[in-house]
Amino acid sequence: MIDVSTVSEVGRAAVPANVDRATYLSHLLSLRSPLTDAFSWLQAVRDRAAIRIPELAIPSTRDEEWRFTDLSSLLAIELQAITSQPAAIAQSDIESFQLPEASTRLVFVDGVYVPELSAIADLPKTVFVGDLAAATAAGLTDPMLAHLATQPGAEETFTTLNTASFTHAAVIAVPKNQTVTTPIHLLFVSTHGQGAALNHPRCLVMVESNSNVTLIEDYVATSDSAYFTNAVTEIWLAPNAQVQHTRVQRDSLAAFHIGKTAVTQARDARYTGNAISLGAAVARHHLEVYQTGEQTETTLNGLSYLKGHQVADTHSLISYTQPHGTSHQVHKCIVDDRAHAIFNGKIFVPQLAQLTDARQLSQNLLLSDKARVDTKPQLEITADNVKCAHGATVSQLENDEIFYLQSRGIDQAQAVKLLTYAFAYEVIAQIPIASLRENLLQRIA
Amino acid sequence: MINENSKVILSVQDLTADVDGTQILKGLNLEVKAGEIHAIMGPNGSGKSTFSKILAGHPDYTVTGGEIAYLGQNLLELEAEDRARSGIFLAFQYPIEIPGVSNTDFLRIAYNSKRKYAGLEELDAFDFDDLVQEKLEVVKMNPAFLSRSVNEGFSGGEKKRNEILQMALLEPRLAILDETDSGLDIDALRIVAGGVNQLTTPDNAIVLITHYQRLLDYIIPDYVHVMEGGRIVTTGGKELALELEARGYDWIREEETEVAV
Repeated sequence: MIDVSTVSEVGRAAVPANVDRATYLSHLLSLRSPLTDAFSWLQAVRDRAAIRIPELAIPSTRDEEWRFTDLSSLLAIELQAITSQPAAIAQSDIESFQLPEASTRLVFVDGVYVPELSAIADLPKTVFVGDLAAATAAGLTDPMLAHLATQPGAEETFTTLNTASFTHAAVIAVPKNQTVTTPIHLLFVSTHGQGAALNHPRCLVMVESNSNVTLIEDYVATSDSAYFTNAVTEIWLAPNAQVQHTRVQRDSLAAFHIGKTAVTQARDARYTGNAISLGAAVARHHLEVYQTGEQTETTLNGLSYLKGHQVADTHSLISYTQPHGTSHQVHKCIVDDRAHAIFNGKIFVPQLAQLTDARQLSQNLLLSDKARVDTKPQLEITADNVKCAHGATVSQLENDEIFYLQSRGIDQAQAVKLLTYAFAYEVIAQIPIASLRENLLQRIA
Repeated sequence: MINENSKVILSVQDLTADVDGTQILKGLNLEVKAGEIHAIMGPNGSGKSTFSKILAGHPDYTVTGGEIAYLGQNLLELEAEDRARSGIFLAFQYPIEIPGVSNTDFLRIAYNSKRKYAGLEELDAFDFDDLVQEKLEVVKMNPAFLSRSVNEGFSGGEKKRNEILQMALLEPRLAILDETDSGLDIDALRIVAGGVNQLTTPDNAIVLITHYQRLLDYIIPDYVHVMEGGRIVTTGGKELALELEARGYDWIREEETEVAV
């Protein structure tokens, strides 16, 4: 089934006349801190990205890819220069975010790695998990240089800004034939700090042949203040490697969150990505999967749960280049009040990618009359022997469903909660960490 | 069981109702007393399911005239959830699925809503578990169904058994079973009917809505009503169901026409 999707025209928000989007981007670059001598190996990567910034600008709703996601309000925020001194927070401040299942945890506070809050345990000796400094000390500069900012989507504006700016990173390197049995928790905490912070979290995950790792990339806040998180995560799967990746964005409701997940799968590699978006005033997630070998398996589960005036935009891309690939993507949005969810799901299946089996489903639940969803499947298929299916539904809770619960003595408000929970459950149930599932479901029910 | 002196549970007088501006019920009268089992039969579109949903308070139906008294109280003043809490139970023809919500949790929430309404203390998970284990017997249900999501992946028969399990827990004064027998094989029908029979007491009443006389071999009705064109046109004993099974509904229409002439 291949449908042609149409998306209705909408009014374009006006750009504030006094802020130039190119100037503002250059200003964001100027807020970075210099690399220390220990990271001189990274200077060339940084320079290559920085040199492109003057050619770029913060996207506006005139850009097709950003037509529904207006960043004008970001331009009005005065962001602080990036600090190397994180706010002092104690273990007790982040206790509620810790996952008992994950004995290895890297904690970054306002973008800065904090070893005192982190823990590394229960890992096979040959597996590396640590921050950029530890990775440098462990002699991983060559593989890092080979993998940082080398995937196709690295040219995108915000990814370029991150590459040109980041000074801290989480690095995971799993050698061949290793199964990491305990999940790894990458926790990015934003605090109140001194004014609005600008963070460029970076994660680099390199998994060699036949290895298997589970990770949770988690963005949380200890206050409800405004800040801008511009995150980039790069995941590389060598042949027959397997990664279970859960990304949770539970930033403050005043925050801006722009995130990139870029995944490259070599032949026979299996990637599962669960992306949950709950926080931020404006959130954007670029989820890109590049296939470099045949017979890859990709599973993407997404959930955005929005209230108030929140905006959450997911742009996904699955780019096939080889035969026998399969992908199964479900993206759900629950939208209440005057919130706005956007989903754009690209799947490219060129001539070489014969026998691809790609399925995509976008399901949306509107909980109020003012809530809005824009969903656009975008399949470009030139191979002639493939199975590609997509579907999109936008619905409200059915009177019959609510009535069923009422007829059992459950009042309407609780009935709506139970049914909303049921809608979200299908996605959250895919998360392989029980405590995180519970935590997220409690937030919805 | 008919007992002239028993309490009137439901009294429906000259009920008319619309859905989306189309009149479905056109002057329905029915009186149900404690201890009685009533069967309502009739062709498709005669208004049987509409009547059951109106009793339970479905918001899509508008009552345009007439009265419904439940235990002497004006039923139409109560919200759907309060009708349930005060003892009205509708077993659905198509029970809905609720992924992620375990059957136990659902049953406990429903049970405690009723207790709270009655001013009783809510049961905790442990006490409730004891109670529900006991009720499972009524419908011969495997305890494994308690930890599964509500109706998700249940077969038709399992869904209907789950409805009767809810009935067993909620102990209604008035139970309306909307085509609970549809789509059941004979074994499942026996179990469901057996469950309903166990739940019948001199204090409660049951209204069965069905297409098939077969159900009435297992649950013996005191009255059989035939609905046609939005009202009850004939009432008889259990033998009326056999006649309907043998002759269909056309003869009733003809008799009616003759009477009208």
